[in-house]
Amino acid sequence: MTVQTPPKPEVKESHAWRGIADTEEAERTSAEQDDASSIKALRARGRKLLGSLIRPYRKVLLWTVVLLLIQNAAGMAGPLLVKLGIDAGIPPIVENENYATLIAVGAAFLAAIAVEYLTKRGFLSLSGKVGQQILLDLRRRVFTHFQKLSIAFHERFTSGRVVARLTSDMDAIRELADGGVNDLVLSALSIVTISVILLVLDPMLALVALLSFPVMLWLSNWFRVNSARVYRRTRETIALVIVYFVESMGGVRAVQAYRREPRNQRIFDDLNEDNRAENVAGHRLSATFAGGVKGIGNLTTALVLAYGAYRVLHHQTDVGVLAAFVLYLRRFFDPMQELSMFYNTLQSANAALDKLAGVLAEEPDVPEPAEPKPLPAARGELRFDRVRFWYHKDKVVLPTFDLHIPAGQTVALVGATGAGKTTIAKLVSRFYDPSEGVVSLDGVSLKDIAEPELRRAVAMVTQENFLFAGTIGENIAFGRPDATREQIEEAARAIGAHEFITGLPEGYDTDVRKRGGRLSAGQRQLVAFARAFLADPRVLILDEATSSLDIPSERLVQRALRTILADRTAIVIAHRLSTVEIADRVLVLDGGQVVEDGPPSALIDGGGRYAKLHEQWQDSLV
Amino acid sequence: MSNLWRLREYLRPYAGRMAAMLVLAVFASLAALATPRMIQAVIDGPVTRADDDGLWWLAAAILALGVAEAFLVWLRRYIQATVALGVEADMRRDIYAHVQKLHAGFHDRFQTGQLLSRATGDLGRIRRFAAWGMIFLVINVFTYVAVIAQLLQIYWPLGLVVAASAVPLFFLSRSFARGYIRASRAEQDQAGEVANTAEETAQGIRVVKAFGRSRHVIERFEGEAAKLRDISVGKVRMLSKSWSMFDAIPNLVLAAVLIGGSIAVAAGAMTIGELVAFVTLQLMLVWPIEALGWIIANGNEAMTAADRIFDVLDTEPAIVDRPGATDLDRADAKGHLRFEGVRFGYEGTGKEILTGLDLDVRPGETLAIAGVTGCGKTTLLSLAPRLYDVTEGRVTIDGRDVRDLTLSSLRRNVATAFEDPTLFSMSVRENLTLGREDATEADIEEALQVAQAEFVYDLPWGLDTRIGEQGLSLSGGQRQRLALARAVIVKPAVLILDDPLSALDVHTEELVERALASVLKGTTALVAVHRPSTVALADRVALLQDGTIVAVGTHSELLESTPAYRAVLSAEADTVGAAA
Repeated sequence: MTVQTPPKPEVKESHAWRGIADTEEAERTSAEQDDASSIKALRARGRKLLGSLIRPYRKVLLWTVVLLLIQNAAGMAGPLLVKLGIDAGIPPIVENENYATLIAVGAAFLAAIAVEYLTKRGFLSLSGKVGQQILLDLRRRVFTHFQKLSIAFHERFTSGRVVARLTSDMDAIRELADGGVNDLVLSALSIVTISVILLVLDPMLALVALLSFPVMLWLSNWFRVNSARVYRRTRETIALVIVYFVESMGGVRAVQAYRREPRNQRIFDDLNEDNRAENVAGHRLSATFAGGVKGIGNLTTALVLAYGAYRVLHHQTDVGVLAAFVLYLRRFFDPMQELSMFYNTLQSANAALDKLAGVLAEEPDVPEPAEPKPLPAARGELRFDRVRFWYHKDKVVLPTFDLHIPAGQTVALVGATGAGKTTIAKLVSRFYDPSEGVVSLDGVSLKDIAEPELRRAVAMVTQENFLFAGTIGENIAFGRPDATREQIEEAARAIGAHEFITGLPEGYDTDVRKRGGRLSAGQRQLVAFARAFLADPRVLILDEATSSLDIPSERLVQRALRTILADRTAIVIAHRLSTVEIADRVLVLDGGQVVEDGPPSALIDGGGRYAKLHEQWQDSLV
Repeated sequence: MSNLWRLREYLRPYAGRMAAMLVLAVFASLAALATPRMIQAVIDGPVTRADDDGLWWLAAAILALGVAEAFLVWLRRYIQATVALGVEADMRRDIYAHVQKLHAGFHDRFQTGQLLSRATGDLGRIRRFAAWGMIFLVINVFTYVAVIAQLLQIYWPLGLVVAASAVPLFFLSRSFARGYIRASRAEQDQAGEVANTAEETAQGIRVVKAFGRSRHVIERFEGEAAKLRDISVGKVRMLSKSWSMFDAIPNLVLAAVLIGGSIAVAAGAMTIGELVAFVTLQLMLVWPIEALGWIIANGNEAMTAADRIFDVLDTEPAIVDRPGATDLDRADAKGHLRFEGVRFGYEGTGKEILTGLDLDVRPGETLAIAGVTGCGKTTLLSLAPRLYDVTEGRVTIDGRDVRDLTLSSLRRNVATAFEDPTLFSMSVRENLTLGREDATEADIEEALQVAQAEFVYDLPWGLDTRIGEQGLSLSGGQRQRLALARAVIVKPAVLILDDPLSALDVHTEELVERALASVLKGTTALVAVHRPSTVALADRVALLQDGTIVAVGTHSELLESTPAYRAVLSAEADTVGAAA
């Protein structure tokens, strides 16, 4: 255990119950660091990722841009046509009942509407499709990369974070793709277009209208900065509320048994209240912003109208222009509001992209061999050749370890927690690579064996027996998908699991996640045994694989193991010596070194550590 | 509908503010509505007459109206924040309080995710309805009527055209909103599937790697993700169809108004100022009509959400204090625990797990329960603190039925260390003192010593270190020792331990046993055991088989007399190489 105490972070008094942790630290991939250059590098990675995602769709995206431009132009025609109608259409009618101009204007209007309708529809569906496709590509890429990363990475990063990357970060990007980008581009485009149109129609009047620009910019900026902060705090507070809710309900038996309800309610109310306060602050910020935009818009309209009317009556401009201005101004301020609102979406999508880029930047530290060597005919001889291993350089777990396990031998590893038993198991199954030295199977370094071949050769059963959604039969066949039902049942029978499985509502077809399909820890362990047995590996590793079994089941498994392990290389790790006793050879480990080595009976007679352990165990049985 | 109506109790505290919001909104629309008429006055007045007279007054009035509108909008939204979020927070508080009280049987049925979605997603829907839908339902109808009235007054033939355009717009918007919500649901559901697949593979990564099945899980994930893409693309297509229509209809009407209006102006039936005002006013209608479809959809959603929430809130807690329940004082409790003719089956399974069970645990005695996996040991243990109530028979402490005691005093006297040691994402201290907030440092130290869990002092921040899902992860053995310490610290009259040492290695197990012995000396204890070594804690052992106790005695007595007991708990019989 590390003695060195990290600095105590500031904790809010009312949150003292939460205790201290440095989750932010663990939340990161190695690419994500605080210093400026790392942040910059990460940004660059994020941009590069975006570029590589978009590249295959360059052509389609070009089309969407064209559609967007046409749509924008058509959409902007409306007020201009109103102006034309008033200024150019009405006078000829009054003068000589000439409707031609007005009809032309009307026709142009209809054409503009049709074009806008078609281009908008085309743009939305095209860009939406591309967006979803890009999202799929990204999902696929990140997921595949997670699969490539080593167990060491997954142990550090934890499954919760993997899920977060693949869900909430993806959602942030999806939200942007879901119309955010379209609106963003369209809003920006229409602001620019309108400014140009106004300047062309009447530069002087346009200048008055554009006076609002700097004020608007300032307001938007104020909103952006503040809302980003408030937004982050609402996310944080709601996350606390959700975690507390979920944990209280998940552990409701403990909550009730320990009369925790009143204190839970106090803490929850507190968290809920915090979240409400932040939410209210956020809503008020939006209220001020919305009111502000409205105010600026109205103010500008009033100024334009007054100055415009002044110009009309001094014959510096036409009534139609004034009408067009009033109509355009409405379209001018609405997008401004939207632009700022979308800023949050944009920001979170950006952050999410950076995080995903960080994941993709992570190098797999147990890489597939570039030129795999074939395994010779199955034997199962294992060799550790001057292997050293450490998780952190300053804490070596295995200092120079040599071991030879002849094919077919069953070796039991015994020793206190931290002696290195599990590390050896993980090296043999290549969840980790040795820091130095070579682990080899039948004379080939594990690093040179192609992944599928290695996995067929080495199988491991551990304490945690994860079952996937699906039927029990499917779970047993996980390591050998082409197994027939007969083979599956045979494996289950060999391990003593057949009886309980046939007792389930739908036997081997029982869904393990559905009601009635929930298995006890012991039953899950039996399924895991059957899974490993069916895979028929040349090397079998059992890491505390019988810890959840009750004695009758353990007895059955042990009987089965005697047959299964007879001609197979095996490494067995167990606290319970009853499991160790089936071994041909026992290694007692201490501090990553073999201190005793021999057949169990010889060690018991030898009077060393194993003999003592054995004696203790014998005592505990009576 | 009736459930939606029941929400009024949550709105009541905000009634005044909601009324104020309504008034403010009406005034804001009035101000907005007046502006086009002022513009008309400017054009038809000073501009047409070609003199500055009155222009400045009109401009000032428009300015004042504009500022007033902005202020009113701001004020309404400012108030709205407290109302909407207040209702949400209040309801969330009540949901939490209620589900915390609901019995374990309810929680077996209802998954946490289901409860959470009610406390977050459904509440959000109600919040939007309370803060937005309800108010705008009124305002939009009001705006529509007021604008149409003005349009009719300005030039009735065109006014009728505009009024009629609301009909297709409304239906379009309603059908869009419905379809959109359905599509969003489908998208959400599929996103859930993608998340499930991701979560499952992340948790089972060791198994995936150990069996080299990466390709298989990648294919599965891609399949789910592709399905999600298809659903999303379908949604996008619908969106593109409706959104472009939303733009087209008002524009068509605008074109009609322009042509008709220009002709009317030329014919002298309308002034230019009126035409401009007409067009501006007409544009103000677009949003209220479009929004109506959303409001209706939002109302529907709020209704479903209310149903789902009240579904939970209406569930009565099955395990509560009986009328006239009395306290059991810890000082008076001797801890004489008896099960008399107890029958029990889990709700909705129709299967009896305990079938008439009798058991007497004497004060101060430690009794172990043995039996094969799944025979009902854990079930039996959960009856004493009333996590479940017996179906028949009774459980007594010191001769009093546990159902006649107040829950809080019962659970003060009975403490449980569960087989699955639930730790919360809180500090070690908070986790330890779950059942005894006022525990002193000495109490904590003592309990930690008994459970051999002093390792917590070596954690980075000692007892203040956060553990659990969101904090430092502990090994199974460490978690189990903390769970044990948590039970011991309560100093209960009856201690319930569910296979408390299963995850410990032989050495630690022995240390814990030795320390625990001193605690058990003065406490009644009921211990479920799997291993012969744990039996050493007990004075006597009871064998649970087929839902009833078939034998009680000391370990050696039972080993001798009962073959079934030997099968369950003797490591001797035919263990491989035990004698080698």
